[in-house]
Amino acid sequence: MSDPREEWQQAYDATTLREGPFDTMSGVPVDAVYGNAPYPGQYPYTRGLFAAGYRSRLWTMRMFAGFGTAEDTNARFKELLRAGGGGLSTAFDMPTLMGRDSDHEWALGEVGHCGVAVDTLADMEDLFADINLGSVSTSMTINGPAIMIMAMYIAVGEKTGVDRSALAGTIQNDILKEYQAQKEYIFPPRPSMRLITDMMKFTSAEMPKWHPVSISGYHIREAGSTAAQELAFTLSNGFAYVEAALAAGLDIDDFAPRLSFFFNSHSDFFEEIGKFRAARRIWARWMKERYGATSERSMRLKFHTQTAGVSLTAQQAEINIGRVAIQALAGALGGTQSLHTDAYDEAMALPTEDAARIALRTQQIVAHETGVTNVVDPLGGAPYVEWMTDEMERQAEEIFAHLLDIGNDSILEGAYAGIDNGYYMGEIADAAYRFEREVNSGQRIIVGVNDFTEGDDGQRNLLRIGAEVEEYQLKRLADVKQRRNSDAVTASLTRLASEAADPEVNLMPTMIEAVKEFATEGEIVATLEGVFGTYVEKAVI
Amino acid sequence: MSLHGKNQRGQNLRELSAEAIFSLALDGELRALGRLITFIERDSDEAEVISELAHARAGNAHVIGITGAPGSGKSTLTGQLVALLNQKHPRAAVLAVDPSSPLTGGAILGDRVRMEDVASPETFIRSMATRGHQGGLALAVPGVVRVLDAMGYNPIIIETVGVGQVEVDIAGTADTTVVVATPGMGDAVQANKAGLLELADLFVVNKADRPGANDVRRDLDHMLDLSHTTGQDQRTGMRPEIVMTAALTGQGAADMWAAIERHRDAITANGQIDERRASRDLEEVRNRVMAVIERRVDDLLSEHGTTGALKAVRDREMAPSVAAREITNTRFG
Amino acid sequence: MSEPQLRVVLAKLGFDGHDRGIKIVARILRDAGMEVIYLGLRQSYLNVVNAVEQEDADAVGLSMHNASHMTLAPKMVEALAAAGLDVPVIVGGIVPDEDVTELLEKGVAVVLGPGASAEQVAISVRDAVAAKA
Repeated sequence: MSDPREEWQQAYDATTLREGPFDTMSGVPVDAVYGNAPYPGQYPYTRGLFAAGYRSRLWTMRMFAGFGTAEDTNARFKELLRAGGGGLSTAFDMPTLMGRDSDHEWALGEVGHCGVAVDTLADMEDLFADINLGSVSTSMTINGPAIMIMAMYIAVGEKTGVDRSALAGTIQNDILKEYQAQKEYIFPPRPSMRLITDMMKFTSAEMPKWHPVSISGYHIREAGSTAAQELAFTLSNGFAYVEAALAAGLDIDDFAPRLSFFFNSHSDFFEEIGKFRAARRIWARWMKERYGATSERSMRLKFHTQTAGVSLTAQQAEINIGRVAIQALAGALGGTQSLHTDAYDEAMALPTEDAARIALRTQQIVAHETGVTNVVDPLGGAPYVEWMTDEMERQAEEIFAHLLDIGNDSILEGAYAGIDNGYYMGEIADAAYRFEREVNSGQRIIVGVNDFTEGDDGQRNLLRIGAEVEEYQLKRLADVKQRRNSDAVTASLTRLASEAADPEVNLMPTMIEAVKEFATEGEIVATLEGVFGTYVEKAVI
Repeated sequence: MSLHGKNQRGQNLRELSAEAIFSLALDGELRALGRLITFIERDSDEAEVISELAHARAGNAHVIGITGAPGSGKSTLTGQLVALLNQKHPRAAVLAVDPSSPLTGGAILGDRVRMEDVASPETFIRSMATRGHQGGLALAVPGVVRVLDAMGYNPIIIETVGVGQVEVDIAGTADTTVVVATPGMGDAVQANKAGLLELADLFVVNKADRPGANDVRRDLDHMLDLSHTTGQDQRTGMRPEIVMTAALTGQGAADMWAAIERHRDAITANGQIDERRASRDLEEVRNRVMAVIERRVDDLLSEHGTTGALKAVRDREMAPSVAAREITNTRFG
Repeated sequence: MSEPQLRVVLAKLGFDGHDRGIKIVARILRDAGMEVIYLGLRQSYLNVVNAVEQEDADAVGLSMHNASHMTLAPKMVEALAAAGLDVPVIVGGIVPDEDVTELLEKGVAVVLGPGASAEQVAISVRDAVAAKA
């Protein structure tokens, strides 16, 4: 069969569709796709990963939230499961994300704030108490100490009789963007990459339902990059993980299908749509042509989208609802697999419940009222959209060429070199400053900030987290430390240190042993820092 | 900290004389030392008193200059050196010099970041901007080094970007001048162009784990072979060592320090160090005299008496050299 | 020289890794002719005190994007005072209106919100320094 239209039709016919009707509000029936080949579901997937797009199923409305103690979050998980949800999204607090315990000097005021505090396996057990880990899918947003948290999750499974092979979910574990943008790093890049490679090997061999890395451009954009930089840095980080996995002896079609991506959706509507479409095309081409993937699953770039937190203004915060709606629409027209919409009050504090509800409703309007889900890639073929897609790709390819140049033909080495010489940080800082100057000079209008500023009452209800969470967590940590077998903890940490010094050893098994002895996250981090060192970034302003 | 110092804590430095601030600094008050350096840097009225007090007490510190092209990793390397000195030489000082923006006169000085956490608590780190004005830096740096020396800091490390004659000269006035090169940047050639090659007492090939590091070493060796009669052999009686380091892993910082110590011992043994210091002081006197003369020349050329000659030059009636001779003959002849 | 050059120490305390704002402020102050001693992320109170002493800084700028500003900023003010350093502390970032008064009461000189323009930032620093002189 050679006719792409026929091929598309067959694929479409073979797809189970969600309930229609697929017509306009006025009752005009519409086709599933318009325009030219390659059609949705066809290489290089510019127009979408699958033939039927959102006619088959809508994007997942994944709302990432959470704060308080492990028990609070556990209660919310259970509620979610009772309501029919199967996916648990876990946010951790700042000390946990930085690999430090709740009693660290900097933790004061941060414990349980932007997520749950996890110091030891005991907290992880509370977090998932009475939940069958074999029947849920868990997403964990953590990077620097990902291997410890992952070990704890596996240990909770074991202690509740669920084999690791039955565990399903994703851990963000994208350390490269931490050095480049988000800055939640612990160890230097190369040892960090070793931890990720250990996890990729371990999950490939033993955890078929686990996604060991979610490659995230979101934070790169939030730090101030342009759309094309977000696209290029993120995809090149993806290539870097691919190169690391290949070097570790993994087969590309074994692990590439398990990589997923996470992008930002900002306010420049067509630029964002072009970015998403270009992302799919570039990934497919590179996987096939450079890295020799043969499975279509390896070439299909799946991504989650979140609206741009950085675009939200403190001034006249309610108008952020309008921004979020437009950004959400761009995500949908770009073909995202899942979407988080920001709450309008997030520029000032954690979202209140009302604001979070409005955010969810906003994407429900896009999904159910606008009709954009009736047609796959409805903007495909539009001259401006196709030009923008090409332009995004062109700019990204220039950046890839630079990375290959400084990395002696390796994207992974290019990423290390770029982190070392401040390339990423400099590019992002330049872009952020340029934008700031344009806003400051009035060249670029931000509604409510440098124009149309009348009508800001400045008064808003803000969510506050009490100090009780911190007190509770400190007591919990002290109790666990007292109850555990400290000789066994010391022994497991000593073993961890010696294995860390040998790059041939996979640290995962000993990590699992250490967390089972209730070694704290901070202790494990300190042990590894003793071998790997602590990363201190060079100031690039 | 002495009791005396403690009693002065919180006292507004603005209310104290330069002498009083100097003695506070001697007592270990860092904010007083910080203020002394500001006076020197601004070449304000207090500067001369401070220099006078400092000069009498200085002369003990081993002054090390570290320079190299931007991106050569010299600030990381300096950080590692500081970490290494933590135990053996806890009272080290670092003077990190970075360029000011020529447009606004402002500067972003980011070198403390990589040193603060690894340094011993007694290490003194000061960031300095070049502040545009010609020759100002060349005057300020020796003054700051003198104050740090007087306060007992040893060694004193001056880190400068190896671009621009002023920065290069500053690094070159050290007891031991280290030039950092990296593979893949044509650094050996650059170093040669900037005159760094003749200044270097020691070469460090940084990022030695990268491809091409050995090429850099070989290039430097060749150039040293060629310049063997014009350069360091005459000045110091020894050929500069070439040390390979990888700043990111910390490997090699120890080798670098060992080479620095060997150089210091050698110039101490052969008396070079005293000659260097004497010529450094002479150079400073010379720079100051030059600065005064330059100002006078500027004044002179704006004076009424010279306008005739300058106009003749502008109207192409007189060559600049003739005008210059005429003016100097009448004024200094 | 006409006017002495202002020297400002910029830092982030604690775990907070959002450095977009502090980097922009560093450039704004540079472009306003000041010398910025950039300490960057994850600084301790001691690091900041050391920097102010050794660099003879005229002001300290803290950028705060986590909810910990109410804990960290007053402690920084105390640490500077304890070391006998009379320099203004300027806080920028995400600070809810209702916290501003309390921070000012606890010795913070100025609080700059996310909407502050480059001019406002530079002027605030100059004014805060002038007020101490």
